Amino acid sequence: MSEGPDQIRTIAVDMVARVEGEGALRVTVKDGTVRDVELKIFEPPRFFEAFLQGRHYEEVPDIVARICGICPIAYQMSAVHALEQIFGLRVEGALRDLRRLIYCGEWIESHALHVYLLQAPDFLGYDSAIAMAKDHAAVVTRGLRLKKAGNAIMTLLGGRSVHPVSVKVGGFSRVPLRRELAALKDELLWARDAAVETVRWVASFEVPNLDMDYNCVALRHPDEYPLNEGQIAAAAGLQVSAHEFEHHFTEHQVPYSNALHCTLQGSPYVVGPLARLNWNHEHLTPLAKQALADNNIALPLRNPFYGIVARSIEILYALEESLRLVERYEPPPLSAAPITVRSGIGMACTEAPRGILYHRYEVDGDGVIREAKIVPPTSQNQSSIEQDLRRFMPRLLHLPDKEAALACERVIRCYDPCISCATHFLNLEIRREGRA
Amino acid sequence: MSKPEGESQRLKLGVFKFASCDGCQLSILNLEEDLLALGQALDIAYFPEASSDMEPGPYDIALVEGSITTAEDAHRILSVRQQTKVLITIGACATAGGIQALRNWADVEAFKQAVYPSPEYIQSLNTSTPISEHVHVDFELWGCPIDKGQLLRVITDLIAGVQPRLPADSVCLECKRRGIVCVLVAKGLPCLGPVTRTGCGAICPGMGRDCYGCFGPSEGARKGPGLPPNTASLARHFHGGLQLIPIEVMRRFRGINGYVSSFRAESDTWEKKT
Repeated sequence: MSEGPDQIRTIAVDMVARVEGEGALRVTVKDGTVRDVELKIFEPPRFFEAFLQGRHYEEVPDIVARICGICPIAYQMSAVHALEQIFGLRVEGALRDLRRLIYCGEWIESHALHVYLLQAPDFLGYDSAIAMAKDHAAVVTRGLRLKKAGNAIMTLLGGRSVHPVSVKVGGFSRVPLRRELAALKDELLWARDAAVETVRWVASFEVPNLDMDYNCVALRHPDEYPLNEGQIAAAAGLQVSAHEFEHHFTEHQVPYSNALHCTLQGSPYVVGPLARLNWNHEHLTPLAKQALADNNIALPLRNPFYGIVARSIEILYALEESLRLVERYEPPPLSAAPITVRSGIGMACTEAPRGILYHRYEVDGDGVIREAKIVPPTSQNQSSIEQDLRRFMPRLLHLPDKEAALACERVIRCYDPCISCATHFLNLEIRREGRA
Repeated sequence: MSKPEGESQRLKLGVFKFASCDGCQLSILNLEEDLLALGQALDIAYFPEASSDMEPGPYDIALVEGSITTAEDAHRILSVRQQTKVLITIGACATAGGIQALRNWADVEAFKQAVYPSPEYIQSLNTSTPISEHVHVDFELWGCPIDKGQLLRVITDLIAGVQPRLPADSVCLECKRRGIVCVLVAKGLPCLGPVTRTGCGAICPGMGRDCYGCFGPSEGARKGPGLPPNTASLARHFHGGLQLIPIEVMRRFRGINGYVSSFRAESDTWEKKT
């Protein structure tokens, strides 16, 4: 559209669909250059860190789960690891395996939800998976069954898939029998094959060409693809423990958002499947490595639109890993290690489906929380999302408002942002000043 | 509730989100194969989490997730109500104010200062309140999260033009039906099952732990349907029998559904004793 020199052009998307939570985007264009990109999050704040104060440590897993219905296990895992550190406890053996297994279940469920129901419709030109099912019934059914396999793991170990109830400091309230876990096997084998197909399917999508020099941040562990443990790795050889997280990563507030932005030494960085895969691909399982090769997926991935590929590789990894853990499971003598309460401060980072999730707790001698701090993955990705949009926007300026807005939404959806975590709908405003 | 004109016309459904964790909306997506069937039986006209196609109202059914915590949301719920024939709240946030209703006992300005470096940017009410404090609610689905089977049943009833009904008795009855050993009696755990509404399938006692009340108060077996459960008696047992100190008794009742009147009154009573 043509504009006079003094016109301001505003493009608005009132709602970013297919993300979890409520947000808005404002882009200001002046004389054809993108000036400001502000991802606004107006998901109402719920003040979890504040009302954790004064609660008993045993209540923490049930409370923090409620930060996010999509990734409750991530919150429970970061919490129990941070609290166990205070009490000088390391959970090992079968209990450690079970934690890994329930986390794999969450990755499968959350990633399958995003790949099939939230993001794939963008690549195939549909509004929703339900609309997509009219033409691609088999594919959508496969995605739903894949998601269900992840839910089945969570339900068996945790009692239900949204806000599981068995995770506690020290272990679980109940551990499964060997035969209960074995009963999952057939479905997991089906899901593993479906995951191979999923990688092939998403690798065939046409993606916009966008090459970003990301600073990828993810956990790294010497022996395994990281879930609950590892050092935080970033560019330029930075490798720190969760203890040092706050020395390097700082949250700051921007006036237009209810979510704090987190940066690494003042610069944007990326967490999540893309960053994890770039850092940890050597620890992938055989079929996952094979899938990378078969589909000519060259690492490191530097295009946000390959997020869906990284996510699909992780679904396959999580299924292979689940099968391995199910196979070797021997029920532990105790469902949870005994706790000796003491005062102190503990920090932990685990890999939520969307990236690293940092928790810090200060506990008094009675086991009551004095202070809590939580940094979710979506706060960490916000600055990068804005940076990607700044890079991508110039290509969209020739488009009509509605199409430009849709293209921006697609960039945002690459990150699978969970706005409930960060504090859905995206209200995109593009203000054009001067000559476009 | 009546069907719209013409038998072939599908009911229009809208799903709306307020302050919440999205877990109850995820329970809709977790219907899996039934989700596609639901998409055929109903016109899912507005469900931003799942679809970018957002049709304007009016809607036959609105499923509302989340509580009211901002002035904008207090306004928005009025417009949802105006456009909707049957409004159903899904989950503890919408039905009872949710876990974030813990702010209702606190100094929210202090909360903002605890979480945000520049609290003046944050627009938030001092309370988190259930939808029913703002507009008329036709039907409430309890639970944190809701049980997807209950959701499907209620929607099926509405499609069939039947008044939905769900059980309101206590979790204890579900434990007995499942043959679960009582964790309150056998393990001495402070289980809220005796005063909590059934619907989850007694998940927590089944996993060897105490119920923490995420389906809200049951309707009193002692006083009759629609009346509050006997929280006072259970609280006395926690204190006298299980040796919980008053602040621990208070915390039991001030949780996921802490703002519902019967749980709220009980937690306030024990707070005075701390």
